[in-house]
Amino acid sequence: MPFDATEVREDFPLLSRTVRDGKPLVYLDSGATSQKPTAVLDAERDFYEHHNAAVHRGAHQLAEEATDAYEGARATIASFIGAQPDEVVFTKNATEALNLVAYAFSNAGAAGALDGADPQVADRLKIGPGDEIVVTEMEHHANLVPWQELCRRTGATLRWIPVTGTGELDLSDLGTIVTERTKVLAFAHVSNVTGVINPVETLVAAAREVGALVVLDACQSVPHLPVDVAALGVDFLAFSGHKMLGPLGIGVLWGRAELLAAMPPFLTGGSMIELVTMEGSTYAAPPQRFEAGVPVAAQAVGLGAACDYLSALGMADVLEHDRVITTAVLQELATRPWVTVLGPTDPQKRCGAVAFSVDGVHPHDVGQILDDDGVAVRTGHHCAWPLHRAHRITASTRVSFSVYTTLDDVAAFATALDRVPQIFGLETGAA
Amino acid sequence: MDLYQELILEHSKRPVNAGLREPFDAQVHHVNTTCGDEVTLRVSVQDGRVRDVSYDAIGCSISVAAASILAEEVTGETVSESLRTYEAMKAMLTSRGTDPGDEDVIGDGVALSGVAKYPARVKCALLPWSAYTAALTEAEVLGTTDLQTVPASGGNS
Repeated sequence: MPFDATEVREDFPLLSRTVRDGKPLVYLDSGATSQKPTAVLDAERDFYEHHNAAVHRGAHQLAEEATDAYEGARATIASFIGAQPDEVVFTKNATEALNLVAYAFSNAGAAGALDGADPQVADRLKIGPGDEIVVTEMEHHANLVPWQELCRRTGATLRWIPVTGTGELDLSDLGTIVTERTKVLAFAHVSNVTGVINPVETLVAAAREVGALVVLDACQSVPHLPVDVAALGVDFLAFSGHKMLGPLGIGVLWGRAELLAAMPPFLTGGSMIELVTMEGSTYAAPPQRFEAGVPVAAQAVGLGAACDYLSALGMADVLEHDRVITTAVLQELATRPWVTVLGPTDPQKRCGAVAFSVDGVHPHDVGQILDDDGVAVRTGHHCAWPLHRAHRITASTRVSFSVYTTLDDVAAFATALDRVPQIFGLETGAA
Repeated sequence: MDLYQELILEHSKRPVNAGLREPFDAQVHHVNTTCGDEVTLRVSVQDGRVRDVSYDAIGCSISVAAASILAEEVTGETVSESLRTYEAMKAMLTSRGTDPGDEDVIGDGVALSGVAKYPARVKCALLPWSAYTAALTEAEVLGTTDLQTVPASGGNS
């Protein structure tokens, strides 16, 4: 182990509680939302206790301190992903970040929306009939539905890259899917179901060749592996704070400066304007243009603290720890012939989560039996219904990890899982 | 755990009167949006009496067992008797464990009493019932004001 996850657990107060009549909590649902270390909780509390004021407003000392805290957090988060601070936009979550990009494309069609924008950049934001948007069959609904809706609003066509039987992207027809008509290629860095890590380099190269913009859903990668936006070569990257030890209610959109500079706003109102008259308004420069309303300062400060916490562990070590846990889970499941794992069996190809099905038992029932032993997992389609359809199942059970997940958690999960065939009277194939 | 009583497992493995049959007066398709569970359900009513309930249920043991128990209980009842059964089932399931259920009214349904302690599973057990009452409405056996319909499923991701 690169670091001692048992020691890490000490920093997470919630993990010491019990559930279901005194059973120790085995939290294997970090892919849905992670637990929060004391450092994050303290940072938010400190903001509210000592610096709380409306950011970018007010002529008083508190407002200055709040603004410094907010912008300081932006710098920390930017540095965490290898970006410049003014390319980092705070949203309420990753879903809003992805909608912000999708709406920028449709709002770009409004009269005057691209006035003053660099013509070459402006051209890339215009979408209409004959244009295509490409996603993948493994997308979380948050990176699928906004693009379906964009197509509906603009008359563009949605296309997608299918998945193989092992849950990886089937790139055999990539050249006929990503074409000169493609304006946007949007895909998950890491699947929230199978944990499969997608080949960003190959997909970015395909998009570059045809001049398409690349939108990366990094919700399941930023918490688990080193992410550097420059190295990835994408144009936009979205992630949520709460899956990476940060607070609920904050997400991040990173975008290339020249694109953000040309994009019309999504949400409008206070904070995002330059000049306002009764006839109309002009907009502030990014990132403020995309942060209408009083900013989520305490959440930003909390997320900054989460980045510091992860940086102190080291993201390379975080990934290595994840691999140890993923390997252990895959090994446990491989010894149970009544379990089918979704996605590749090679732990190097995945991170963060393992989804599986139990022959003849619905995931709801699997999750219920695990919960009875204090093991918290996710069941259902995990907001990735098309991926489940592609695997010809309606739902699956998912265990997902974070820096505080231990091998003891894996062992407790495996023991609890063995109650499923006992209760449902399955043949386990055991000698 | 008391959720998976033998009777529930039995109903889920060998659901009573499963399959879609003719004739029928109405067919509905209901989905639990959080997990993708589905039930297609048909009702046939003759002279105010439930002649047949046939169904195809894809889902967890609780939702399949609930469909099986529904078919067993309401077939042969008058429509108003079947609605009493529904109200008694719903009262038990939404009681958070305070209502153990009356075997005389809901039969094997009492085996589902453990579900009431798990709010996330109540929807599973009510899915076939919401389909049943919707089918009665569609068959114009019921007016829309004859029953308080099961609330639509909540949030989804």
